[in-house]
Amino acid sequence: MNLSYLLLIPLIPLAVFLLLGIFNTQIKPAVSGYIGVLGLATSTALSYYAAFQYFFVSGKVDGVYQTFVEKVVWMNFTETSSLKYLHIDMGILIDPISVMMLIVVSTISLMVHIYSRGYMKGDDGYTKFFAYLSLFSFSMLGLVLATNLFQIYMFWELVGVSSFLLIGFYYTKPSAVAAAKKAFIVTRFADLGFLIGILIIGYYAGTFDFQTLNAVNPEGEALLLNWASTTFMGMSVFTWALILIFMGGAGKSAMFPLHIWLPDAMEGPTPVSALIHAATMVVAGVYLVARLFPMYYFVEEGFVLNIVAYVGAFSSLFAAVIAITQTDIKRVLAFSTMSQIGYMMLALGVSSYKGEEGVGYMASMFHLFTHAMFKALLFLGAGSVIHAVHSNYLKDMGGLRKYMPITNITFLIAALAIAGVPPFAGFWSKDEILVAAFEKNEFLYFIGLFVAGLTAFYMFRLYFGIFWGKETEYTHTPHEAPISMTFPLLFLAFMSIIAGFIPFSEFITADKVGFEGHLNYTMAALAVGTGLFGIILAWIFYKKENDLAEKFAHSFGMFYKWTYNKFYFDEIYIFVTKKIVFNLVAAPIAYFDKKYVDGTMEGIGNKTVWISRKIKGVQSGKLQDYAFSFVGGVVIIALVFIYLWTN
Amino acid sequence: MISGISIYEIFTLTSILFFIGIYGFITRKNLISILISIELLLNASAVNFVIINKYMYPDALQGVYFSIFIIAVAAAETALAVAIIINLYRQISSVEAKDTEIMKY
Repeated sequence: MNLSYLLLIPLIPLAVFLLLGIFNTQIKPAVSGYIGVLGLATSTALSYYAAFQYFFVSGKVDGVYQTFVEKVVWMNFTETSSLKYLHIDMGILIDPISVMMLIVVSTISLMVHIYSRGYMKGDDGYTKFFAYLSLFSFSMLGLVLATNLFQIYMFWELVGVSSFLLIGFYYTKPSAVAAAKKAFIVTRFADLGFLIGILIIGYYAGTFDFQTLNAVNPEGEALLLNWASTTFMGMSVFTWALILIFMGGAGKSAMFPLHIWLPDAMEGPTPVSALIHAATMVVAGVYLVARLFPMYYFVEEGFVLNIVAYVGAFSSLFAAVIAITQTDIKRVLAFSTMSQIGYMMLALGVSSYKGEEGVGYMASMFHLFTHAMFKALLFLGAGSVIHAVHSNYLKDMGGLRKYMPITNITFLIAALAIAGVPPFAGFWSKDEILVAAFEKNEFLYFIGLFVAGLTAFYMFRLYFGIFWGKETEYTHTPHEAPISMTFPLLFLAFMSIIAGFIPFSEFITADKVGFEGHLNYTMAALAVGTGLFGIILAWIFYKKENDLAEKFAHSFGMFYKWTYNKFYFDEIYIFVTKKIVFNLVAAPIAYFDKKYVDGTMEGIGNKTVWISRKIKGVQSGKLQDYAFSFVGGVVIIALVFIYLWTN
Repeated sequence: MISGISIYEIFTLTSILFFIGIYGFITRKNLISILISIELLLNASAVNFVIINKYMYPDALQGVYFSIFIIAVAAAETALAVAIIINLYRQISSVEAKDTEIMKY
């Protein structure tokens, strides 16, 4: 399989970024929009071509999807001849999940580019916005194609930076600046764990390469187990490394307790939220775990996978509960994203490796795919609503179905998809996740089922709240968005309908063999029943204007207040960082630095000046003084020599 | 060879001349007097050249040539120094050494 053209997929957005970034002021906004869309369209076309080639032409050999790698050695750490030859490569890796991610990233990114041409119209930073979007697309596509841990780490940081730039895009707003900083610091903190994990693996395994790390022999045993004999605190060092790498993934994917940055990240422009904080960057953590899945599964019988599953399940439940009470529509969607990513993590956590037992892995990737489509659609729809109403808050909306028919229909499709109503995309992937969870751990299954109900409820609370409910008097009549904004909505709605019918299990599985997927009718009925219950509840509460919901909320009392304030997690973090870390650690160190380190240096400088002031009187400028010192010196030297010679 | 006078006596004379010059150079306040002291130093060394030549290498003449050379250089140097002093006088209306301290540091 010829891979050289794949290099263009990330490089074209990079070229667009450089072009728009360098000639930021020279290029007219209208032109820069076209350049951005055109660049991404080329990348998307190449991605689709690559996917077609891989899945249908040359990817499958003897019924197994092969991994294709093309790379060059970039940096050597040890001698080429040594036993553990440690080096960093740069290259591209093609296997089922990377191809699938290519499609997800390029499709969503293209749709967001098209959408942004309408949404950002008239904004001062129009060209800059497209430059950042291209930078993000480059980083994300590079991340997807990375061949080793170090390469993925570099692109990992690059998506972090572009996310930071885009969250803080409205940099005149203090809240946006704060949100950007928060997102960057929280994910950086998580990435510290990721880096340590990478270093541990580099030290003990002697390689960063995914292929070597994930190598499994025909008997289904991982090859790296030979190296995993070193232990630390009763666990293999690889277990520690994988926990730390998962910490990095959890930070990027906003898993509890590192989720606090995601809701605030909604300060960015809505297309950014759709692209980065719903569909692509936040699933990088899921992708990372999936990328190293054989390692996660085989090291100590998948101990770390249990952590992944429980963190995922808890985050999913936690976020879904909070989402019910939020009033900012983008925040509801943010918590919903967190909840759905928790689902994906849960599915990965309960998965096995071989054949049909690996349904969790398949379901996770399936859900990643479908979720990207309908969540991007929800965000873009929300953006369209915000564009029309000029407010993020539910209380300013209501009865919009008459003004915005296309947004209404597409939003409804996305909401049905996320609620898991057949035949929409979310139903199929969610069903697979629940099946996988049920086979492994019934407790996790019931959490999943409960969250499915909650999801349907809060999503339809949002839908009814925006498009039905009370008839709000608008100061200026809302209108449907322009074609550049409705086209992506329609395309993604189409994808949300048909994505579920893709026979995913034949393409993407943990052991890359593929199996026949089938529907478990009992499970499906149960999940759909729960979803419908949630929808009906939302219908009763929010379809018509009434005070049922308020009364209901009051009956919960304290719990409602706690949920509304996101269980005070932001406050806890502020308390820990400001009061404990800052006062007890940072302040004494700063004092020591100022007083002693700086003091020593400044003291040396001041003393030199002081001494020079004292002795500069010697240079009197009197000719005879100099002559006297000169003659005196000569006399002294002469005396010394005479004394030495005469003895 | 000068009969009745040994080289030591002449060295004593030139040394005295030399240290008179140094004393004058250090203690005189007037720039012209300082210049005269320098002349004394030069003359002491010129006499030394001639005497060493005469007493130690009677067949050679390099020492004598050197002393003529020193006289020529001293003349040029004196002309230069006097020119500088005149210029200085135009600037500060003084030829006292203490008034040239403005150039210190």
